[in-house]
Amino acid sequence: MTITLDYLFWLTGIVLLIVGGMIVIDREHPRRFSAGGFWLLYAAVFLVGDRLPPPVVGVVVIVMALIAGFGGVTAGKPKQLPEAQRRASAQRLGNRLFLPALTIPFVTVVVTLGAGHLVFGGTPLVDPKNVTLIGFGIGCVIALGYACVTTRDNVGQSMKEARRLVDALSWAAVLPQLLGMLGLVFSDAGVGKAVAHLSTAYIDMDLRFVAVIVYCVGMALFTIIMGNGFAAFPVMTGGVGVPVLYGIFHVNPAMMAAIGMFSGYTGTLMTPMAANFNMVPAALLELPDRNAVIRVQIPTAICILVANILLLNAFGF
Amino acid sequence: MQTAVNLWPLIGVAVIVVGFVLRFNPMLIVAAAAVATGIAAGFSPQHILAAIGTGFIKTRNIPLIILLPLAVIGLLERHGLRERAQMWIGSIKAATAGRLLIVYLLVRELTAAVGLTGLGGHPQMVRPLIAPMAEGATENRFGRLPDAIRFRLRAFAAATDNVGLFFGEDIFVAFGAIVLMTTLLKEAGVSVEPMHVAVWGIPTAICAFVIHATRLWLLDRRLERELGGANAQHPANGADPGTAADTHTDTARAGDEA
Repeated sequence: MTITLDYLFWLTGIVLLIVGGMIVIDREHPRRFSAGGFWLLYAAVFLVGDRLPPPVVGVVVIVMALIAGFGGVTAGKPKQLPEAQRRASAQRLGNRLFLPALTIPFVTVVVTLGAGHLVFGGTPLVDPKNVTLIGFGIGCVIALGYACVTTRDNVGQSMKEARRLVDALSWAAVLPQLLGMLGLVFSDAGVGKAVAHLSTAYIDMDLRFVAVIVYCVGMALFTIIMGNGFAAFPVMTGGVGVPVLYGIFHVNPAMMAAIGMFSGYTGTLMTPMAANFNMVPAALLELPDRNAVIRVQIPTAICILVANILLLNAFGF
Repeated sequence: MQTAVNLWPLIGVAVIVVGFVLRFNPMLIVAAAAVATGIAAGFSPQHILAAIGTGFIKTRNIPLIILLPLAVIGLLERHGLRERAQMWIGSIKAATAGRLLIVYLLVRELTAAVGLTGLGGHPQMVRPLIAPMAEGATENRFGRLPDAIRFRLRAFAAATDNVGLFFGEDIFVAFGAIVLMTTLLKEAGVSVEPMHVAVWGIPTAICAFVIHATRLWLLDRRLERELGGANAQHPANGADPGTAADTHTDTARAGDEA
């Protein structure tokens, strides 16, 4: 038996099914049917999504976006233990509380490093294409068991806690995937080609320093739009990097690639489109300003972008 | 060739920019952008829905990293994980938010550079451990924190995780981005060793560390300036009832807004 991502999809689907069910039957939840329905639809995407015709999934996605867009996914009243009780429990359990949390990264690393050796009768135990993510999933399951033992609590309670956190995250939990989908639609429709055409056709790049700036800033800007440096790299490197920097000015291509991708990452730090790095943490950390993480990152990002331009210009040729 | 490029799909980009500027709900903006892009590219309604559906199924791996740890992290929080993180950092007298985050930045960047990107992350490290520690260390020096400072510390904790991850992972040879870069360059007729790409990432990785660590050091100085004079009741006890009540109402309110 090989553990593939499908198992993690089913696990996630089951958890979302339970969370959605809990919300629908919670009479105190302000929007129990719309919020619960939102999570039940999302559960269906994980449980049966690959067996549904794509246009049907498309309709599901649009319905989810409409529910979220018109305020249907608000959180219920979080039922937490009082602060004093949590403190008492923290005193009692001490540093043992840290161990289940640290189990997740520990198991992830062990599985990542050890997966190559876990082959039984020619069948790998872990799908080699997704070793880290599957290791992460296994780590979460083991950590949950460990946490139940340490805290003498049960899986049922952990589902209630998952519901509390899913409720608090609200639609921000789904946004990264929706943006990933948008990236694919963009490349289907040829958005990348159009942007590359605009950025190369109207700027005079006879000066080497100008070409370096166009390449690095273009990577950052294009990443800000797409939310992902991977999407920007083929466009800018195909449009400016290879024909101009390499073809005309004979840049060191390895350095160009490394610095180009890092310039893209400075864009990732500055865009709400990179939702899993910027919008999700703001929701997870319960920040009232959903752009708070981006605001903090902008000065760092701009300084690193300038450093990139200077590095490539000084050592690339 | 230049006339063959269809510029209409850029409508989708315009929808995104206008939507975010006017502060519409991001879910709505992204769905609208996908539909607008499809229409501009001349897709039929059936084709647009199919493109959205296929894209959404292909990207199901993205939210796993957010959703899977929630059950265990939630359970540990119920039993005082965040409070414990604050107590622990309180026992280290030299700890400040800035120093703590500089150490975390270094560890995050170095471990990512050797491929251990799983040793961090917002749901499983920043929310339950790093952010409460940054708050705890500051509280320990200056007593009760105003909400604005509390939120700023949390945002810095999240930012530090991102900077460490991004500028560390790209100097790991087996990282997907490096494979992608060398493959694309090869298709364009330029052959490059993955090792060289990784090595040329190191100068930027060092710059990123120095720049962000400097900002964290400045954060400490700013906290000192803003909090040091007014309410220095240090070393404040972590179990200060005022602090406890404050944290509680704060979480409750944020929960209502979300």
